[in-house]
Amino acid sequence: MLCQKCHERQANVHVNQIINGKLSALHLCEQCAKESGDFLTQFTGGQNPFDFHQLLSGLLNMESPTGVSSPSVSTQVQCQNCGMTYAQFSKVGRFGCPECYDNFEQRLEPLLRRIQSNTMHTGKVPNKSGERVKMRKTLETLRRELQQAIAAEQFEQAAQLRDKIRALESQMGE
Amino acid sequence: MSLGDFLQRATSRWMKEGGPEDDIILTSRIRVARNLQGMPFPILQTDSHAHQVLESIHTAVQHPSMQKLGNFEWINCKDLSAIDRQVFVEKHLISPDLAESYKHGAVVLREDEVISIMINEEDHLRIQVIMPGFRLQDAWQLASSVDDALEQNVMYAFHDRFGYLTACPTNVGTGIRASVMMHLPGLVLSGNIQRLLNAVSHVGLAVRGIYGEGTESYGNLFQVSNQITLGETEEEIIGNLSSVVQQLIDHERAARKMLLQQNREALEDRICRSFGILAYARRMDSKETLERLSDVRLGIDLGILKGVSAGILKELMVMTQPAFLQKYFHEDLSPGERDVRRAALIRERLRLDDSEVR
Ligand SMILES: [Zn+2]
Ligand SMILES: [Zn+2]
Repeated sequence: MLCQKCHERQANVHVNQIINGKLSALHLCEQCAKESGDFLTQFTGGQNPFDFHQLLSGLLNMESPTGVSSPSVSTQVQCQNCGMTYAQFSKVGRFGCPECYDNFEQRLEPLLRRIQSNTMHTGKVPNKSGERVKMRKTLETLRRELQQAIAAEQFEQAAQLRDKIRALESQMGE
Repeated sequence: MSLGDFLQRATSRWMKEGGPEDDIILTSRIRVARNLQGMPFPILQTDSHAHQVLESIHTAVQHPSMQKLGNFEWINCKDLSAIDRQVFVEKHLISPDLAESYKHGAVVLREDEVISIMINEEDHLRIQVIMPGFRLQDAWQLASSVDDALEQNVMYAFHDRFGYLTACPTNVGTGIRASVMMHLPGLVLSGNIQRLLNAVSHVGLAVRGIYGEGTESYGNLFQVSNQITLGETEEEIIGNLSSVVQQLIDHERAARKMLLQQNREALEDRICRSFGILAYARRMDSKETLERLSDVRLGIDLGILKGVSAGILKELMVMTQPAFLQKYFHEDLSPGERDVRRAALIRERLRLDDSEVR
């Protein structure tokens, strides 16, 4: 997340404030937080000028490669399922449906690298929908074990592992 | 109804009970975001989509594996009065967002309010577990069992690479937000807080003042949570947060000890003054309430105040919020009237204890 004041550095100071009984958040980098005296007073008048969606959309707009690609083409990318365009996503900072992730996949990579640590999920996998993922993980482990067995010249074990891998592969239809 | 009875009925378990390290950690909270496969996210929901989501989850909640986890109550947000919705927000059971856009929102609450499941908020499902004290691991285990139980009847939107899909890309992957609410008066009084919080923010964690304006936090209450949800396992996320929180606890303990050694008189004076004000004042605004409560809680932890319940900070920081006050006094109150009633409620609450000031 970028600092809301300088829009340059990572925001790592997060402040909540209540204005007219409404809670709003402020995300600043360390440096801006230190010199935030004046800036903060801007937030105490009237409505809340800050909006996370705007912030995220600022981030998304910065993603576009420096003037190389034509924005008219790239913003027309649309989710086949829900109809949300990438331009709309940039504005609201929210996807329209789960399939947006596939439909916007290529543009998503750089964004995720920025706001997340990695683009590959390594955590919990659902019992039902995650069956394939679980099988793939097992497959990866088995392949690694196979390499180790071969390297250690444990050929009997390697043969067993190879059978297991073949069985799993055919089960997954790969 | 007496205040004691009201407290018993109207408060959540996290407000009443203690837990590990609860002289510094008020609560541990886990929130997990999930969505149903093939359904647009709430932002693009039509009425019929919203009803389908509500129906699927209503069925999922009836599943025996959910019943095993306790007694749950289904509450449609539109059936709640505006005040009740606000009370839910003040008790941290629903988000301000759900309270505001409540047309198709619902919340499923376990009796003790440890588990709350928000439906049709930003995501179809937000499973939340709040426990008193430092119990992130337990809270995650419980949230994960709720997640498994619900999955018996629904199909989650899950992506091979991106994990659990969420409306906002800041939640994708694990969908987990783990947070602890910390009371850090020692670090604030000793002037070390900013340095430490800056350090914390460099390791992928977010720190927020829970109440207050600008960089200060009323009541010395801070929430520390993970920012990253994709690329680390839930255990790694919780482990990372826990180890940083443990270091903050150690620093806070050291700061308290130092203050007691070097500034005992000033500290005792401050604490006892705050107790006196809470016990006798006729008007209290929310900011001063939180500041005085923080002092009193510190006084209890340091053994300077005896006989006052340690839970008083948690209890009163929720009970003195606008909606809760109006709920207790059964009437609409202007901000000025609230200050008068708030002071009255605090005095009454303090009289329930057998306090003695040395
Ligand atoms: Zn900045
Ligand atoms: Zn879509």
